[in-house]
Amino acid sequence: MDNKSLVSIDDYTKEEILEVLERAAKFEENPNCNLLEGKVVASLFFEPSTRTRLSFETAISRMGGRIVGFTDSSSSSVTKGETLKDTTKMVSNYCDLIVMRHPIEGSSRYASEVSDVPVINAGDGANQHPTQTMLDLYSIYKTQGTLDNLNIFMVGDLKYGRTVHSLLMAMSHFNPTFHFIAPPELEIPRAYKIFMDKNNISYYEHSEFNDIINQADILYMTRVQRERFADPLEYEKVKNVYILKNEMLKNTKDNLRILHPLPRVNEIAVDVDTNPKAYYFEQALNGVYARQAIIAKALDL
Amino acid sequence: MNIKKELQVSAIENGTVIDHIPAEYLFQVINILGLDNFKNAVTFGNNLESDKLGKKAIIKISEKFFQDEEINKISLIAPHAKLNIIKNYKVVEKKIVESPNKVVGIAKCMNPKCITNVEAVTTRFNVINDSPITLKCHYCEKITDHKNIRII
Repeated sequence: MDNKSLVSIDDYTKEEILEVLERAAKFEENPNCNLLEGKVVASLFFEPSTRTRLSFETAISRMGGRIVGFTDSSSSSVTKGETLKDTTKMVSNYCDLIVMRHPIEGSSRYASEVSDVPVINAGDGANQHPTQTMLDLYSIYKTQGTLDNLNIFMVGDLKYGRTVHSLLMAMSHFNPTFHFIAPPELEIPRAYKIFMDKNNISYYEHSEFNDIINQADILYMTRVQRERFADPLEYEKVKNVYILKNEMLKNTKDNLRILHPLPRVNEIAVDVDTNPKAYYFEQALNGVYARQAIIAKALDL
Repeated sequence: MNIKKELQVSAIENGTVIDHIPAEYLFQVINILGLDNFKNAVTFGNNLESDKLGKKAIIKISEKFFQDEEINKISLIAPHAKLNIIKNYKVVEKKIVESPNKVVGIAKCMNPKCITNVEAVTTRFNVINDSPITLKCHYCEKITDHKNIRII
């Protein structure tokens, strides 16, 4: 097992989170370098992804590394019935680092135990997506100047949204106050409420999306997904309740920034895009710097 | 009042008595310990009165002394079980079943999308709660609670 792997956001201590954020800021000043010169990174995407894969590949390219891999499992020997174990073992002989996305939960932890080189989890089913969390943290840090004592509002699908859960865990080091805005069907799972109670984190739950957001430092929007609802009528009822429109931002704080892991469907109206408080596209760019820092740490560079 | 209460399952000369098994789990305990293939005398009683459990089961196994790791396997379904080690009809040692911190290769993860249910991976759990026993999968990080524990 390789302890340089990043599989779950819990693998990083508070100090390591801060260290990676500092490093990301350095990569932002100077994105192009040759730290990965002579290194081969395997990018194994067993299911398709646009943002995550491109930002990883951009990060690796800007650091001077080479990429081998595949972009979905139909172009790998998985179609011939090869196990994840065998694919991982074989690939780990070829390369210095593995970046992996896989639809099965826990696949990344297992790969990190089988592999001789570090594994960075680029999403394992509904479980973890720690590099997304690191770029979310970097975006918060950059726009607020701190991670401490912030009012964080999370809106939309708080039940299934893995980015919500990982961000919540990571922010727990920094004394946040959480506000959760979601329909009852998609409220934050009990396990996370227990976690927050245990860690003395204050949180409030709302089902109305209204001027309560005037207190927010960060508004973290997520997509309410149709396929999560057993009853299509229920979906129709809630799908338009949690739409952020520009006029709702009138009395919000100056330092408020709106984040969204993307892709968005209709939960943020297009008229918000030009508001200076909209930050989701820059957030996606921050993913490159955050991933550069995570790669450098995994390889001890 | 010196009359000894009649035993509901007769005594053994040498071996192990496992008491305070929840009645509904008797046959699972037998399975886990491999007693279905055991060659010596095994006697058991089920649905006996118990102040603690309501209905309990008891198993008496002749000429068998368990290793701790063998017996701790049953902690997943019978966390309050007590063991009496019998020599020459006397209890020479009492043991309680201990919940381990980690459970390796015994239970199944209840998440159908977990890698351990897709590939031949040895399951691993951290025990995050003792009573009722609650497991957190080392791989998919999902909780398998007491009601959903299935023994491999």
